[in-house]
Parts: sequence; C-alpha cells; structure tokens
Amino acid sequence: MELIRELLEVLGSTLWDVAPIAAVLFGFQFLVIRRRIPHFTRFLAGFIFVILGLTFFLVGLDKALFPVGRAMAEQLTDPVFVHGVDAAAMQLAHHWTDYYWVYLFALAIGISAVLVEPAVLAVAIKANEVSGGAINITGLRFAIAIGVGVGITLGSFRIITGGDLQYFIIGAYLVVVIQTFFTPRQMIPIAYDSGGVSTSTVTVPLVAALGLGLASSIPGRSPLIDGFGLIAFAVLFPIISVMTYAQLARLWERWQGRHPSHD
Amino acid sequence: MPLGRLEILTVLVLLSPMFWRGRSVPMDSAVFPCLHQWYIVRWPGSVISVQGAGTGGLVREDIVCESLESPLRLGLIAFSKSLLSSLRDLIPIIAVIGLFQAAVVRAPMPEVASIMTGLVLVVIGLTLFVYGLEMGLFPIGESMAHAFARKGSVFWLMTFAFALGFATTIAEPALIAIANEAAEMAVREGTVADTAEGRAGYSLGLRLVVALAVGTAIVLGVLRILKGWPLHYLIIGGYVLVMAMTSFAPPEMVGIAYDSGGVTTSTITVPLVTALGVGLASSIQGRNPALDGFGLIAFASLTPMIFVLIYGMIL
Repeated sequence: MELIRELLEVLGSTLWDVAPIAAVLFGFQFLVIRRRIPHFTRFLAGFIFVILGLTFFLVGLDKALFPVGRAMAEQLTDPVFVHGVDAAAMQLAHHWTDYYWVYLFALAIGISAVLVEPAVLAVAIKANEVSGGAINITGLRFAIAIGVGVGITLGSFRIITGGDLQYFIIGAYLVVVIQTFFTPRQMIPIAYDSGGVSTSTVTVPLVAALGLGLASSIPGRSPLIDGFGLIAFAVLFPIISVMTYAQLARLWERWQGRHPSHD
Repeated sequence: MPLGRLEILTVLVLLSPMFWRGRSVPMDSAVFPCLHQWYIVRWPGSVISVQGAGTGGLVREDIVCESLESPLRLGLIAFSKSLLSSLRDLIPIIAVIGLFQAAVVRAPMPEVASIMTGLVLVVIGLTLFVYGLEMGLFPIGESMAHAFARKGSVFWLMTFAFALGFATTIAEPALIAIANEAAEMAVREGTVADTAEGRAGYSLGLRLVVALAVGTAIVLGVLRILKGWPLHYLIIGGYVLVMAMTSFAPPEMVGIAYDSGGVTTSTITVPLVTALGVGLASSIQGRNPALDGFGLIAFASLTPMIFVLIYGMIL
C-alpha cells in the first residue's frame, strides 16, 4: 500500500517532467511543420510508457540505488571495518591509505559499468570507422572504462583527503587541453563525447550516492561541499584516457610503419 | 584470450543494431521507404534485428526493410530487448556490490528487502522508459530533427534546437535524481527551509538552470556545425570560463555545478541531440557527419557547469 501511494505521488510530478517534451514536439509539429503526427496512437502509447517508466525508475532509485551507494560508503569507511579493532580505537588517526577498499570499490564500479554500456560500444565502433581501423574497438572500450574507474577512484581520494575539487578539475582540464594538441584531429570530438556517454542513468545516482555517503561518514567532511564532484571526475577522465589511447595507437602505427615485420 | 576473433565478431554483428540506438542516422522516407513502420532489417540472407521506426542507423544499400504483419509480436520482441538492456545496465553493479558485501564487508546488506523491491522497480522503470522512448519519442523526434535540419530556416532551426535541449533535459531521470539529492543536502546544511516546497523549489530551480544551459549548448553546437568552427577552441574557451568562474562561486555550489555537466547527457538527450547534429552535418555540403555531427554532447556537458556556477553566484 505504502509503495502504491509512493508511486502515485511520483507519477504526479513525472507528468510535469515530461510535459515540456510533449509541448515541444506538438508545438513544432503543428505550428512549424504543419503536418499531423504520423502514427499518433503509437506515439501516445510510447509517451504513456515513458511516464510510467520514469515513475517506477525514480521510486526504485530512492529505494535501491541511493541506499546501496550510501550503505557501501558507510560500511567501507566504518572505523571498526577499517581498523579491524574495537570501536575504542576511534582515536587512531585515519590515513588516506587506510581506505583502500573504498578505492578498489570505486575502480570496480566504474570499470564494470562502462564495459556493459551500449553507448560506449557505439562510440567505439564510430571511432574505429573514423580512424580507419587504427583504433581497436575493444581497446577503446577498455580505455574509457579505465578512465571512468580511475576518475571515480581519484574522486573518492579527494573526498577522503578533503582536497579542493577545483584544483583537481583544473589539473585534469590542463591535461585535456595539452593532449588536444597531440591527438589525431578526427579523434578529438569522439574523445570529448566519450566523457558524456560513459555515465549512464544507473551509474550516475549510484556514484553520486557513494560520494555523498563518503562525505557524510568521513569525519570533518561536509556532504554539500565535499560530497559532489565524483561524476565530474567520471566525465573528465575518459577524455584523457581516450586521447592517450589515440596517441598510443598512432605511435604504434608509425612504429609498425618504420619496422615492417618480415614474416 | 578465451574468445576468438570470429566469436566476438559474430556477437558484435548480432548485437550491433541494439548499439546503434544512441547514434542512429535519421533517414528520409524516400531513402528508407518503411520509416514509419515496424520493420525488419535484413542483411543479405539473414534477419538481423527488429527495430522501431527511424532508429535504424545503418545506411547500407544491401539492407532492405520489410514491414511485418504482426506488430504485436514485434512489440514484444522490442520490449524484451529493452528489458534485457536494462538488466545489462544493472547486473555488473549488482555483481560488484554483491562481491564486496560477501567477500570484504562480510555482513548482510542493511535493509535488503527494500533494496530488492527498489531494484525490481528500477528494472521495470528503465525497461518501460526506454521502450516508450523508442516507440513514441525517438522516431518523431528524429524525423523532426531531420526536417528542421533540411528546412533551411536558421531561425526555426535554432528555436527547435533550444527547445529540444531544454525539454529533454527537464525529463532526464539522472538529473532529477541529482537535483533531489542536492536539495536534500541543502536542507541538511540548513541553506534551504526543511519543507516540501523548499526542497521542490530548490531542485526545480537547479533543473531549470541546467535545462536552459543544455538548450543554449545545443544552439551553440548547431551554430558551430553551420559555421564550421573548430570544436576544441570553443571547448577550451569554455573550460577557461569554468575555471575563472569557480573562484567567484560559493563553494557549496562548485561540486553540484561540476557534476551537473555529467548528468545532463544520458538517456533522452543524447539520441535526439545526436540525431539533430548528424542530420544537420549530413545536409550541409562539405560537412562530414562523422566529424561535425559529434561535439554537441561535449557542449551539453560544458554549459551546465557555467550556468549553475552563475546560478550559485546570484542565489
């Protein structure tokens, strides 16, 4: 019963969320293109599915993805878990290296989520075509996955040490800017886009919850100031790893050209 | 290597139509006669996949499409495909968490029953959502994007680009989730009144700002494709702007601002916006869709940072 009430409540707000899309599509179709919408019933049915789906997803998010992300952060940073002794050892100073399970978890989540993401595969196939086969599809997927994994890990490190988010991001930007000049030109748009596509609807809330959970359970961190930023890392680092991969692929090609194999 | 090249290739070919979903090339009804029907994509000799109208991204002469008698059956196939893909999104995450819980934490997950219910809801929700998008929204959105790209009126093209970016962002599930979470944090820190209205106001404000930013980004990106500006100067310029503004923005907005760049570009926005970009680049002479069609997403993840930082300064 509780669940049904919750679903109905969210359904109400979801109607408002998708209303702008309906307005835009109808408005432009009738006022500018001036044609009837083809297959109107199917369009309408699709819209109803979208509304229902969004409702279920948002309720499920609150019940599953957010609590899971937070619970993982809390469990892995629990003083008893970290030090393995009784809670009286709270006096022990926490060193950032004590939280190695957090880093491993962040790395694993980032890599595994990217490897199954269809949008990433689509980008990899595109990159393979654009580069004339120099970019290997599987290789690029791993490059993006490692980028996201390392990004989230570094982001967790920042939350744990309480570093300034902007310096990390500035540093990453500088690397991106410098690499842009050394990356094959046709790979640049693909590299930039790879950051955006690698974060799916499922991973974003989970990663955000992980960050907020870390910031609330590590002493001295504020969730509002330190808790956000993990997603920014997850978007930036694949750009770097894809560009690195493109440069390595070109170097490899040149090296192959200079040293043709004799078999 | 446990898998041979042949196996990987077979799997890729079999799955490829599914993966083209996000990067599809919209086609004219003239080129693709069965645009507005369910159809089968055929490679010579064998049926590869069943897809919704307008979502076929394979421009190949040797592929023919055929409309089928039973849309219900096709609908069911499309639905189960959508179910599989949402399961595939979740499984690695469940696996990693399960592994950590069992091997590292060595304790049962707190509130496991409620989490299970939630996971089921997430799978149902994502399935219905993606299925509905592919059935109703993407075909019409793509054909409209293409129509506007061909229409030749820059004013209407820009208006449509802005409206498309704005509307799709408002409904983006990841953004709704993050905005709600940000409101929750703001309540806990005491910057926002602890009422339902206070929360809703904060999160809606954030979403409107991000939606404005994405709309602007798409307009900028379309302008770039029309004028042929090089992408990286604009992006680098944007980065410099983000950095400069960070020093003036309140620190509690910086994290949210940076994150909002990543959340805008997921389920709804990417396919429609890419359709617009690729459609546009392919209808302008001298533009390469593979090169110029991309980059809209990069803009869409840059401008929200700038806009949210400004929002934080004004607030």
